[in-house]
Amino acid sequence: MKKISVLDRILLLITGLLAAYQISFGLNGINSLSTWSYTVGFGVLLVAGLLLIIMGFEGLNNQSVVIVSALIPLSLSLGLISEHASQFTWVYSIFAIAGLIAIGITRYTSTGKFAALILSLVHGISGLIIVFLPILLSIQGLKPTGYSFVGIGGALIGTGGLLLAFLKVGRPLLSERSILTVLPMLLLLMTAAFVYGFSFS
Amino acid sequence: MNKLRSGLKIIKRKYFPLVKSLQTALLLITGIAGYMSARCPVHNITTVLGLAGSLLLSISGSTVLNMWYDRDIDSIMPRTSKRPLCTGETQPKEALIFGLIISVIGVGWALFLDPLYGVIIFAGLFFDVVVYTIWLKRRTAWSIIWGGISGGMPVLAGRVLGTGQIDWVGITLALGVLFWIPTHILTFSIRYHDDYKKAKVPTFPSTYSFQTTRLIIAVSSVLATLAFGAASYGVGLTWGFLRLLVVLSAGLFILAVQSLRSPSERITFGLFKYASLYMLSTMLLMFFAGL
Repeated sequence: MKKISVLDRILLLITGLLAAYQISFGLNGINSLSTWSYTVGFGVLLVAGLLLIIMGFEGLNNQSVVIVSALIPLSLSLGLISEHASQFTWVYSIFAIAGLIAIGITRYTSTGKFAALILSLVHGISGLIIVFLPILLSIQGLKPTGYSFVGIGGALIGTGGLLLAFLKVGRPLLSERSILTVLPMLLLLMTAAFVYGFSFS
Repeated sequence: MNKLRSGLKIIKRKYFPLVKSLQTALLLITGIAGYMSARCPVHNITTVLGLAGSLLLSISGSTVLNMWYDRDIDSIMPRTSKRPLCTGETQPKEALIFGLIISVIGVGWALFLDPLYGVIIFAGLFFDVVVYTIWLKRRTAWSIIWGGISGGMPVLAGRVLGTGQIDWVGITLALGVLFWIPTHILTFSIRYHDDYKKAKVPTFPSTYSFQTTRLIIAVSSVLATLAFGAASYGVGLTWGFLRLLVVLSAGLFILAVQSLRSPSERITFGLFKYASLYMLSTMLLMFFAGL
């Protein structure tokens, strides 16, 4: 497995600091569910970044990585739904919980096509919400243009999450080395896009 | 000028390694964070410098005295056998005198700043050197409780210097450090189990078992996060900072549970490192809360 470099560590540290900033200062004036959903999303980013710095990429060998990498888009998309499309909050909460449980179960009981299908479904739906909901809100003039950066962050997390998740279920889209090479930069860009985009909310 | 330069070189070579720099820095930060948690006026630079100076000298003094007393077991353990007292770089008498001098100056300075603050600093030094190192360390694995109590003294002392009294927040902060110590020290004793065994120092892994030790680490991690959470609420941390503390605490808890469920060298070391980072982050939050 690729060894983590000093540059990787620096990028992950900045990612963690940005996530910590967002949790501490960037979640004001929104409802409780959105606040805690975003907290979970950015919290996972922060703790995962710190653990990667400490333990290196070998930390990704843990079985729970697939679940954790799904938790970020699911919690962020739930926050967005609860904030901007509150009529769907219950339905989407059930989808998010069921999706997470399904990923957890298939992770430990099944590999191959079925696990990949569940992963694609959960990542796909949550990813689409994070990408298109903020952009739609910006186009409709309900949010400033800068808010669409949340959508860009969503596109990046979708890419990173899928690369990592498919790697872990044994159907890699790129080589492991390539994924680990781009992962720290991808995480940083994604977090920066989220923090910048959310500053317009 | 040359004499000064060579003098500094000698200090750097012979005396600086006697001060456990990372441990000292972390404890110093807890003391400053305890002071700042009282929301003191930060422009009172004289008090801040006095606090930092007295704490630095007292903590360094206790680590030097600790190293002086433990030089025989340090020589046996591969991890510590390169320390200057083991290699002969520094003579025991030199280390003892150095440790005593900086301890006396540190405690004296602390007493001069504020008598109650000074008493707590002295208590920390006494518990660490006399009760923990000299009396209990070689007798029982439970000695770490006294190590933990002495580790909690800087944050309590800092808080006392800021508020002028011992309050429940200060005690809870000290309890947080006390409960955090097992997460830090016990992961260390798992990692260097063979070293401690060789030196015949009783540890939890050797007295009980690795699994019991991991269970204690998990329980103490939960207690530490609860204590820091309560203290943070008492300090008046903003909701944003409290959320951040919850996230960092969850990370510590999950890692402790993971080490219990599927123990490995990597997880143990990860937990050890994360625990230090957790303590540093918690103290920084207290610090920023005071600004």
